[in-house]
Amino acid sequence: MRGATRVKWAVGVTAVALTAAACGSSSDNGGGSGSGSGGVVRASWGDPQNPLEPANTNEVQGGKVLDMIFRGLKKYNPKTAKAENMIASSITSGDSQNFDIKLKPGWTFSNGEPVDADSFINAWNYDALLKNAQLNASFFSYIDGYSKVHPDATGAKSSATTMSGLKKVSDTEFKVKLNQKFSLWPDTLGYAAFYPLPKAFFSNHAAWLNKPIGNGPYAIQSYTKGSKMSLRKWDGYKGPDPAQNKGVDLRVYTDNNTAYTDLQAGNLDLVDDIPASQLKNVKSDLGSRYINEPAGIIQTISFPLYNKRWSSAQSAKVRQGLSMAINRKQITEQIFQKTRTPATDWTSPVLGDAGGYKAGLCGAECTYDPAKAKKLIQEGGGIPGGKMTIGYNADTGSHKEWVDAVCNSINNVLGNNTACVGAPTGTFADFRNKITSKQMDNPFRSGWQMDYPLIQDFLQPLYYTDASSNDSHYSNPQFDKLVNEANAETSTPAAVAKFQDAEKLLVTDMPAIPLWYQNGSAGYSDRITDVALNPFSVPVYNEIKVK
Amino acid sequence: MGRYVIRRLLQMIPVFIGSTFLIFFMVYALGDPVAALFGDRAPDPATAAQIRHDLHLDDPLWKQYLIYMKNIFTGDFGTAFNGQKVTDLMGSAFPVTIRLTVVAIIFEIIIGIILGVITGMKRGKPVDTGVLLLTLVVISVPTFVTGYVLQYVFGVQLGWVSPSVSPAAPFNELILPGLVLALVSLAYVTRLTRTSIAENTRADYVRTAVAKGLPRRRVIVRHLLRNSLIPVVTFIGTDIGALMGGAIVTERIFNIHGVGYQLYQGILRNNSPTVVGFVTILVLVFLIANLLVDLLYAVLDPRIRYA
Repeated sequence: MRGATRVKWAVGVTAVALTAAACGSSSDNGGGSGSGSGGVVRASWGDPQNPLEPANTNEVQGGKVLDMIFRGLKKYNPKTAKAENMIASSITSGDSQNFDIKLKPGWTFSNGEPVDADSFINAWNYDALLKNAQLNASFFSYIDGYSKVHPDATGAKSSATTMSGLKKVSDTEFKVKLNQKFSLWPDTLGYAAFYPLPKAFFSNHAAWLNKPIGNGPYAIQSYTKGSKMSLRKWDGYKGPDPAQNKGVDLRVYTDNNTAYTDLQAGNLDLVDDIPASQLKNVKSDLGSRYINEPAGIIQTISFPLYNKRWSSAQSAKVRQGLSMAINRKQITEQIFQKTRTPATDWTSPVLGDAGGYKAGLCGAECTYDPAKAKKLIQEGGGIPGGKMTIGYNADTGSHKEWVDAVCNSINNVLGNNTACVGAPTGTFADFRNKITSKQMDNPFRSGWQMDYPLIQDFLQPLYYTDASSNDSHYSNPQFDKLVNEANAETSTPAAVAKFQDAEKLLVTDMPAIPLWYQNGSAGYSDRITDVALNPFSVPVYNEIKVK
Repeated sequence: MGRYVIRRLLQMIPVFIGSTFLIFFMVYALGDPVAALFGDRAPDPATAAQIRHDLHLDDPLWKQYLIYMKNIFTGDFGTAFNGQKVTDLMGSAFPVTIRLTVVAIIFEIIIGIILGVITGMKRGKPVDTGVLLLTLVVISVPTFVTGYVLQYVFGVQLGWVSPSVSPAAPFNELILPGLVLALVSLAYVTRLTRTSIAENTRADYVRTAVAKGLPRRRVIVRHLLRNSLIPVVTFIGTDIGALMGGAIVTERIFNIHGVGYQLYQGILRNNSPTVVGFVTILVLVFLIANLLVDLLYAVLDPRIRYA
């Protein structure tokens, strides 16, 4: 019967479609609901960009996890940002160049391996070795012998596999020799790149990457890449800051709006990135469960000082004038709903006065003054060619609004509606390529999230000659000299004072205009309490209590 | 029929090679992904060179393409930046998106065709005008607006469904996203069916069937509907590919980790293995869906036959 065959065809087609759809549906059940897992915090997360390895993670999302499952020699106090000894019992030096590191006994990884001097030495040698192509390898560049394991030139080969500056004394003690004086170096050791690694990391790397093993208050229970990670309190943790909850479920959200909606619907406990479009409602929605705290992030506009448009002798006056033409207060209030604070120096308030933050260091040059701004720009010969753009990437972070507002502010001062316009670039990748290959003709947006809460981290990587993030390619021998002197100081206050002297040079040279300090913003459900953000704007997960 | 199917399958080979090359070329033109890996920090030249070498980015484009194709034939679709095999990404993403698409297609077929038949039979009546207006509204409102509105109403205000879909994405959680994804196509299916039905109600064979005294239900389903469905089937068939690719917006709104999400990440991070691999599969899906449509013609109308 013809009719019957036809029906068979149709049934066949549908069956194929349904089988295809059904496969894989049973892989992970009961995912997002979280019901029945009492005492566990359900938090939003973003997909880490790179594999989770201490020295290969340079963005917040991967860093969050590393900070939960690892503890290093030092840890930054979540409230004061001060570097405090964690695994280290003491780090001493007589000359700011040779350091003696002693470890507290008794620390172990969650697989039972002890945390000893080898855990650090092996990890650091692995991280620095060129062959392993770790994104944060340059953090080890101060250690003596780095240039042999990681030569700088393209195509060069390592001539050693271990750094000569690392010397094991005993299981609980090792010595580090730096290739230059750097008094604040111990305070950098809280950064994720310096975490120790267990032997399991080296013996079965692939397995470790699927389920990283650390020595922190949490251990990873399960990890489905791209969608979910379940962390549970590790009962064997001996450190002073054990988890106050039973665990944390991190759920990947593709859109922070959806995470916020899930928070409102009661499916999520913690959102650490409030979408810009919700900032207006967030106080009425969440009340006191909304956090808006300063973080170690500063936004700037950098100038391509290598380009002849911006390299003339008088150009600094134009740059200063442009800085004075930006109405920071108005923009932070109207566009950012006060989640940014107008910047008055090149560091961040989270450093505190003792750490090197100095409100008003930039002075009049960073204060809105239309009349003086116009005068300065004209004295400097005006904007090169009468027109400039401000570059930004259009894919993330909704930069368009504030760039347009900054241009608007400049245009109003100059009385010229076309003097400044925004110049979007499609993707962040493309934007960074243009910057690092020195192809910019005009100023562009730049941001800096600190690696560790030190004034050094806000100045040296950004403005030292040929430093890794010197996007402006600013070079001032006087600045370099002051930074070197600061690093050679043996006392922190003296070092900070020298750094501030260097920072004052930025006021006259203005290689980058400080715009505002960024706040971390988060919201949480009424199921949890004791939620706070650390100076890196990451929630302090281990302190959170579940009702 | 068998020979026709084989010929169609062979045609897919040049299409497959051409499309992969085009996509490869376009992703390559987006620029070098290595600088973005380092965030705000400028890459140190040695590490960047090492990464470029590991990813074959220092080879000329044609050579990269050849390496890529060679790997594909050994089942290796490359690795995403987070260290996952692209085949693993596909294994987790495609079932989810296929399920979402199936839900959407079922909505299209059931609601779209029923509404189309009703309005086609009652042309000019208030029901017809009402549905026409409704479909016009649906077509003119962008998907992300309907998506966010329905999500807020059903997910937050009424609390009937969860606003986001869990990683496992079972069928019952995909009903609302599937509806959102289907809405625009659904409106088109309704309108297509309506026109087609309205045209065929005046056809001779329908009049004959009615004159023979066949029950009304049988006239509509067996005679009228079957002949009217040919343009609708064509539309739904081509729509399968479009839905899978177009799920980017819907998947983002409902936090579904499917093809759209992986493609978006791939493009954002300039990761050519992910983008090329996923689009290649989408191209194949599109081709197969079209083949199935052509085969269904013969089922619907025996006069259409293939040698």
